[in-house]
Formats: sequence, structure tokens, C-alpha cells
Amino acid sequence: MTVDEPVAAPALLEKYGDRITPQDGPDQPTWVVRREVLADLARDLRDHPEARFDLLLDLAGADYPARAAGGPSSGGGERFEAVYHLCSLPRKERLRLKVPLPEADPVLPSLIPVWKAADWFEREAYDMFGFRFEGHPNLRRILCHEAFQGHPLRKDYDPARRWILTEDKIYRPQFDLPEGEDDMFERMTINIGPSHPAMHGTFRLVAVLDGETIVASDVEIGYLHRCFEKMCETHVWQQVIPYTDRLNYCSSFINNVGYCRTVEKMLGVEVPPKAVWARTILSEFSRIMDHCVCNGATLVDVGALTNFWYLFQPREEIYGLLEACCGARLTVSYCRIGGLAQDLPPDFMARAEKLLEIIPPFIDDVEKLMDANRIWLDRSVGIAAISGEDAVNWGWTGPCLRASGVAYDVRRAHPYDLYDTVDFEVPVYYGGDVYDRYRVRMAEMRESLKIIRQLLDRGIPEGPHIVDDPHVALPPKEACYNEMEAMIYHFKLIMDGIQVPAGERYDMVEGANGELGFYIVSDGSSKPYRIKVRPPCFPIFSTFPTLIRGGSVSDAVATLGGLNVIAGELER
Amino acid sequence: MEPTTQSKELTNEPIPQPTTGESWITSRFEALEDWAQRHSFWPFPFGTACCAIEFMSTVSSHYDMARFGSEVVRFSPRQSDILIVAGTINDKMAPVLKKIYDQMADPKWVVSMGACACSGGFYRAYHVMQGIDEIIPVDVYVPGCPPSPEGLMYGILQLKEKVVRDRAKLRKAGRKEKEAGEEAVGETGKGGEEAAA
Repeated sequence: MTVDEPVAAPALLEKYGDRITPQDGPDQPTWVVRREVLADLARDLRDHPEARFDLLLDLAGADYPARAAGGPSSGGGERFEAVYHLCSLPRKERLRLKVPLPEADPVLPSLIPVWKAADWFEREAYDMFGFRFEGHPNLRRILCHEAFQGHPLRKDYDPARRWILTEDKIYRPQFDLPEGEDDMFERMTINIGPSHPAMHGTFRLVAVLDGETIVASDVEIGYLHRCFEKMCETHVWQQVIPYTDRLNYCSSFINNVGYCRTVEKMLGVEVPPKAVWARTILSEFSRIMDHCVCNGATLVDVGALTNFWYLFQPREEIYGLLEACCGARLTVSYCRIGGLAQDLPPDFMARAEKLLEIIPPFIDDVEKLMDANRIWLDRSVGIAAISGEDAVNWGWTGPCLRASGVAYDVRRAHPYDLYDTVDFEVPVYYGGDVYDRYRVRMAEMRESLKIIRQLLDRGIPEGPHIVDDPHVALPPKEACYNEMEAMIYHFKLIMDGIQVPAGERYDMVEGANGELGFYIVSDGSSKPYRIKVRPPCFPIFSTFPTLIRGGSVSDAVATLGGLNVIAGELER
Repeated sequence: MEPTTQSKELTNEPIPQPTTGESWITSRFEALEDWAQRHSFWPFPFGTACCAIEFMSTVSSHYDMARFGSEVVRFSPRQSDILIVAGTINDKMAPVLKKIYDQMADPKWVVSMGACACSGGFYRAYHVMQGIDEIIPVDVYVPGCPPSPEGLMYGILQLKEKVVRDRAKLRKAGRKEKEAGEEAVGETGKGGEEAAA
């Protein structure tokens, strides 16, 4: 199966001739691009009236030592590959660019002038693969620490090889700032974090202050980089699911769904209706939980502690439902490739109905306390505002983008599961500030409840909870003990794992923070060859130093809470 | 004395209490100190990852760690006596954790919450510390990924017992040190610094 090329394709392909080679991609159009034309092509793709790829979703590196070695399936290619995923919001088109890079000289132009989102993505590719981006102003490690040697996602890097960081090597940012004319105070550089409650425990902010005003700042991340992508390459396909839980651990179920959906697409497996139904409902409950944490944490950061207790109670109630389903509260691992880990509990409907009664009063209470609260308004309205255009250029998605007036929601733009069969609004606000981010999340919780209401009214679909395919899902326990065939399948699946056909795929769901994408490459073996997560908060957080410039430190604290940066997902 | 009810008028006189005698007990000062310390922890939550979310649940109203006297969460190491490490600690975070631990005043205790802090969990990887006991001593290991709030509470209750034992040991060690110092003073007539060293 091939997919439609973008409308602008003929014009651009003609312009660049043989320096672009379109490839058959099962999920989205794919162009192999020579690196000499990458910068020009990127600019054309963004500005061409029929292309308008305004959103750089992701930059993934990949390492194919077999290609460079000239193996049987090498095709005589280069060892490295940089993979860009682009999205055009106005045209709803997607495009993948693959740039082959030779081992001796993995250099390519920086795309920061075209998409600002490229900044941190390029630093990450440098850190993980050693790609060098010409023209990047600050190309240093981002996830690994300063004393780290080598590039861990290269295939020849030993997954367990550690390096020790000593205190004298810790990075100390230098700011080369021109003297301002109206500087009233002596400048002072302060360090906040990483072990600081306002930095949520894992980020470090170094800011230069002129009196109370931040004139420059730098953020340092990587304090929770725990090698998700390398770990995926060393485990079989099913074993990746618990790792996905720990990406955005506030709404782990959505991560499960995102990963399993992508693998299911690669396998060509049809998920039973019951599992799809439950996935949609539990995803929406997870979204509510995530928004509760985000808004609760933001409000507690500005001093409104009561709301934190109010918003944590619905979480506890939802934990009860998840616990009934799978036994875990936070890191659920309830999805399996092909369906769900086990059948829904008999009292699923009753519990879900109860939740729909319990949750709204908590949302009401918080809105009553906060929506017209003078202190909260002073702390949030107009703070860290960003226009929709800028936000897209920085790679924003999700509630933060919708607070800036861009109504992009994966559930609406590229519907999956049951989202095209339910009636819901995509809340959009136009201020782009901390207050509107809070408002969008409150409104989305109500929309999620609306979606759940409609689905519960349909009743639990009949049928199994997981696909009946012994190459993908374990046979029922009963059968394993009593039937020879089932036992053999069980043994094969446990020992060999699922065999995913060779190929690549990018698939996305609407995570609680925005578009959560999985770019998966399989070489046909029982382990993933490469998994790259497109973490929604990574590009959002890269904007942070720009957002807080000119504000006070207390504004920076309020801003960070509203961006909902979850370290597990940010740093993986 | 007969039980009385409080008069509505405010007076400076102490309110008579319905008691059967004077309320006082005798004890050693050390016992009082132990009692106070083990029933009022001031935890420093070194939360980095998923476990921090469960830690928040534990201190929130539903589980309410205040029932065990451990709710006065302090984000300054100088004001805390137990360090709850909740979440994965990687090699980049290690110097920070060490510094925080060093800044805490003695006596201090460490609770390692969750599989990652205890052993690195299922991240046997290039950037993850394989247990915080590589760099700091740990008193209580709470297993789980993440541990349930009940698990963390059980860990804290275990720590209470350990605190009393540890304080007794510390006192004993302190007495010995003091005696050794006095002996040294008696023998040499110099200050006790050398002997202590």
C-alpha cells in the first residue's frame, strides 16, 4: 500500500531533481534527501504555498552498520540516517525526510532558521549519534552528562557502559550579554534546581537577573535520562510496554496505547472492538488524571495549595478503576499488542459510572476557587504568552498549542480508535498565556467526561479482549494447560517473542501533552531495531528560556507548571 | 474534683480539669528525645520520577501521611532529618544527590523508595545508577515500581523502629568517644583532639 504524495510534491521533485528520491512508505510519504539540499528544501517545504509544512514533529537518528558494511540487504547505503517527520497543519499532510549520512563525516545543516523546534532535537541527535549540525549555535550534549564519552544509541555502544560524573565537571553556563542601557541593578546569576520544588525535581535553570527581571537563562535537562530507547533495543516487543508506562507516568495508559497501536499497524493486526472501546475510555480517564496533576502542580507552585488536594482526589478515584482492571495504580501496562492484558472487571461499568458522578464536583470546586481569583489572575494572565504561529514553529502540540489559538488535536485531525464516532469539542483559547493553558485543561477534562459518557451509553462490546492470533497474543491459560497446540504457541511466543515484519512506521496518539508519536523500525527480528519517541513536551520545554525572558522568577515558576513538562517523557 | 463546664466569660484562671490526680510521669531525657524524633519526621522528598507521583499520593488527603507524623515536607536539606529518594537517580543526578545528603544535619536517615532507587530497577543502562547505595547509605529499602502508598508507609513505620535503635547506638558510641577523650586528657594532660583523631 502506498500513500498519497503531498500536493506540492511534483513542483518540488522537479526543482530538486535526482537529489530527492521518493520511497514507498506504508504510513506516510517518504523522501530520501541528499544533505546538500536539505536546508533549501526545508525552507521550501515550509514556505511553498502548496506545502506549508509548518510543524517539525521530530528528528530521529538511526544507525545501520550493516548498510555501510555492504551486507546482503545493505543496498550500498551510508551508515547513519537522520529522519525528519514533518506535518502540515493547514493541509493535514505528513512527510518523512530521510537524510543518509556517511560514517566518516556525519555532518548536516542545522534547520533552526526554518523551525526553531530543531534546536533541541539536533542537540539530542548529536548527543545520541554524534551527528554534527553546521550552524547550530550551541551544539553540546543535552541528555547525557558532561563526562560522558561516546554516543550511546550507536549500535556499537554497550548498553551498560557507564561513565562517572564528578562535581568539578558539572556544566556552568556562561552568558555573554551586552550591557543594557537601562540596567538599574547589578546583574546576578542564580541557579535553581535540579533539586528544587519549583523545578519539579529534575530541571535546572540558570538565570541572569537584573533586579527581579530575567534577562537571560539557560535550562539544563537530562537528570532523568534513563535510556528508554536503548533499553527498547535490548528487549523483545512485548517487554517494551512497561518501559512506555514510565514515559509520561501521569497518564501511562495513553503511552501504552500509542506504542501498541504502532506495532499493531506494523503487524497488520485488527484489535477487537471491546479492547478499542476500553482503550478509548481509559485514555480519556488518563487524560483527566494528567490534567489534574498539571493544574494541581501549577496552582500549588503559585501558592494555591487547596486546589492540589481537590485535584488529587479524582486521581485516587480513577486509580481505583485502573487497579480493578490490571492491579496497578500508576504504571498500568494494561495494553498488550493486539488488545488488553486481561478482560475488563465485571464491575467496570458500575465503577466508571461512579467516577462520572464523583469527578465533576472537584472540577467545579477548583473553577469556583480559581477562575476569577484575583491573585491567580495576576499571576497568570499575560504571563509567558506566545502566539500560535510561534508556538507551531517551536514544535508545540496539545493543550499548550490550543491555548494559543491553534485547534490541532490528533483525535480530531487524524482520528483513531473511536474518536471519529463520538461527539466532542476541541477547546481553544487565544491568549497563549499561563491562564489559558489552565483553562484549556479544565475544559478538556469536561470534554473527556463527555466522551466517556457517550461510550458508556453504548455498553461493553461483545467479544474477546485481545486478538485471537497465536503469533501475537498468548492463548488462554486454560488452553495452555490442556491443549498441545496452545502450549506450543505459548512456548514459541515466550521464547521467541512477536516477529514484526521489517519496515518502519510512525504513528501517533493525542497524549495528555500533545502529539505522542512512535517512530519504530523493525528488521524482522524479535526485538525492535530502533524506537524513537516523539515526546510532546520536549519541543515545548525548549521554548522555556525564551518564554521567561523579561519576566520575574516567580513568573518562571508559574510558567513551568503550566507547560506540564514531565521528566520521564522529556528525557526518556 | 467534680467535672465543671467552662464559663462563658473569659478569665485568666486555669480551667479546672476533671482529673484523678496530677499528671506527670518520670522518664529519661533520652527517651523523650527518641519519642519526639521518631514521631515527627521532617522528610526531604528527593522526587525525580514516577515514584514522586506516588509520594504525592501518600502525603495527599486520601492516604494522609500526617497520621504517622511525617507530613512536614521540607525542601531544604538543612531542615530535614529523613531523605526520601523517590525515583530513578542517574549518573547526572548523582553529584546532586550526594551534595544534598552531605548538607543534611546529623542524625539523618535515608529511605530508598522504589526499584530504581534501590537497584536501578529495570534500567540496566548506560546512564542510570544501579541503586543509590553506590553513593549514600540507605536505611530502608521500599520495593515496588512504584511502591503503593501503603508500601511507603510501612517503610516509614519500619524506619521509626530503626531510629530508636540507631539513636541508642549513637549515644553509646558518643559515650565511648567521650570516655576515651577524658582518658587521653588524664594521661597526657593535652587536649583531647589527638585522641579523638
